[in-house]
Amino acid sequence: MSNINPSGWRPTTPQASGAAGDDVTFTGNRALMLEEALIFEIGSTETTGVDFGTAPRATSRLGGLERTDTIGLPGLSEPETVRHYTRLSRQNYAIDLGLFPLGSCTMKHNPRLNEKMARLPGFADIHPLQPVDTVQGALGVINELAQWLVTLTGMHGVAMTPKAGAHGELCGILCIKAALEARGEDRRVLLVPTSAHGTNPATAAFAGFTVEDIPATHDGRVDLEALKARLGPDVAGVMITNPNTCGLFERDMKAISDAVHAAGGYVYCDGANFNAIVGRVRPGDLGIDAMHINLHKTFSTPHGGGGPGSGPVVLSEALSPYGPLPFTELYADGHITLVEEETVGDRHPHTFGRMTAFQGQMGMFTRALTYILSHGADGLRQVAEDSVLNANYVLRAMEDVLDAPFAKSGPCMHEAIFSDKGLPEGFSTIDIAKGLIDEGFHPMTVYFPLVVHGAMLVEPTETESKATLDQFIGALRSVANRAKQGDPALKAAPALAPRRRLDETAAARKPVLVWKDAALAQAAE
Amino acid sequence: MSIFYTEEHEWIAVEGGSATVGITDYAQAQLGDIVFVELPAAGRELTKGGDAAVVESVKAASDVYSPVTGQVTEANSALEEDPSLVNTAPEGAAWFFKLTLADPAELEGLMDAAQYKAFCDGL
Repeated sequence: MSNINPSGWRPTTPQASGAAGDDVTFTGNRALMLEEALIFEIGSTETTGVDFGTAPRATSRLGGLERTDTIGLPGLSEPETVRHYTRLSRQNYAIDLGLFPLGSCTMKHNPRLNEKMARLPGFADIHPLQPVDTVQGALGVINELAQWLVTLTGMHGVAMTPKAGAHGELCGILCIKAALEARGEDRRVLLVPTSAHGTNPATAAFAGFTVEDIPATHDGRVDLEALKARLGPDVAGVMITNPNTCGLFERDMKAISDAVHAAGGYVYCDGANFNAIVGRVRPGDLGIDAMHINLHKTFSTPHGGGGPGSGPVVLSEALSPYGPLPFTELYADGHITLVEEETVGDRHPHTFGRMTAFQGQMGMFTRALTYILSHGADGLRQVAEDSVLNANYVLRAMEDVLDAPFAKSGPCMHEAIFSDKGLPEGFSTIDIAKGLIDEGFHPMTVYFPLVVHGAMLVEPTETESKATLDQFIGALRSVANRAKQGDPALKAAPALAPRRRLDETAAARKPVLVWKDAALAQAAE
Repeated sequence: MSIFYTEEHEWIAVEGGSATVGITDYAQAQLGDIVFVELPAAGRELTKGGDAAVVESVKAASDVYSPVTGQVTEANSALEEDPSLVNTAPEGAAWFFKLTLADPAELEGLMDAAQYKAFCDGL
């Protein structure tokens, strides 16, 4: 047992007496927090959990390239396998365990009703290639959700297939590209404010556009005059995140859209933060041409560490003709068809093509529609109101301890932002984040957005109670005060987690990406 | 040899018609531990204020801009091997690239050492 996990860090904890050095148990376990070896270290090529019959000898078409030696995968029995992954899962942190205050990521509670609906056999056990007559219920879910997304955003059409936020961005930008090509114009520049999501410039560049920054004003919003000054015949459009990553609503959004449209461009809005305005603001009223909606954020479908995303894109009347295939079509008799390449005919001649093999993330559609219908219009409106209220509660409870650069710009939206200004020499945002781990909280988003020095971005979401927020605020105030007093112990935090502070620099400079047998690795050196 | 500085925290050391460019000590301190540097290839034409290199720390990736217009003659391959040089010797061994100046008049808008120090003190 003393040989567990030789390639990893040892879990240690400071001695209870306060003496130098660390306590280490014989096993490496700390009470019921179990140290877990790598699967290669507990498995053996000599054992297996399943009985395979002898494979029939088939004629190979690999021309002598087939593998003849063993591949060395570790074999484990079923209970060993179950325990391995269950132990690892206990070291995980999840929204079902506690507050997950990541900014710009809306880690809210996933209602269990969503799960119940998604598991209904009519949704869970179907195949995307089934004849459409046998999956009318599932197509009905897609069609109804599409209608709700159009209604909630005040837009003209929606592309349901994109698989997540950045995929949705790409879909919207490809629509803009197709629209420009149809107009016969060669506009190459997309303007992206510094307060936008990091994926925005990446998407623009991936789609072949040149990205140019637009500065933010001192109060954290897009500089409208700088934007207007840059508009011209080479500008395809803008990509704006609203509410932006400073947690602020872009009040000039309509003026921005009008200016961009007057100059012949299109407006893409990153809707990752739609949670803060759903039911309150319709992006269509702000002149937006395309916006993705993260179902996995705003409409509470699980994500992060495995849950799939889903990023439908709502489109203006100007861009809808260019949206991708396939999509659903509802006939007067209630029958729903799937419009694909074979069936599209001349109904959607300007489509830019297809983004996915099938119809999108069915499980996410079911969950999102369940969420929308169970909340209703008043419930969704309250989602936005409570998420903003909770963020402002955190902002005002912290601003006397942590520097809040936009606290004077008025109320924040769904996320509160702080900087590391005022911390003593040698202390930074990372120390506060690590200190929070000792307090039993997942850290907030750190060092993003880049426009704020040592940024700490907290998004509590509407699903946290005042009691939970008070506990988080108490912990964050305690850690922030320790940093301000220069507590040297905080530089070593986390001290109580299964792993002490990891060496991020070594991990980035000398990443170990594959497991190697210790004996073989030594022999190779 | 004269050294100039930009508001984006690059330094440029000029000798005749050629110059050496890097990022300042202030810049490396702000970035923290540097883990990756992407350099322009020799022969690439750079424009004043345009993207020239990328420097990535444990916190963030940042663009490095060219202080002047010119053609790259050499990139410091030592940085690709050991990015930590940027932390230890930012204004010496960890220069990023050398280039030939297209227009020496472009240097006039840049700061000298005293002006740059005052600029950083005001940040």
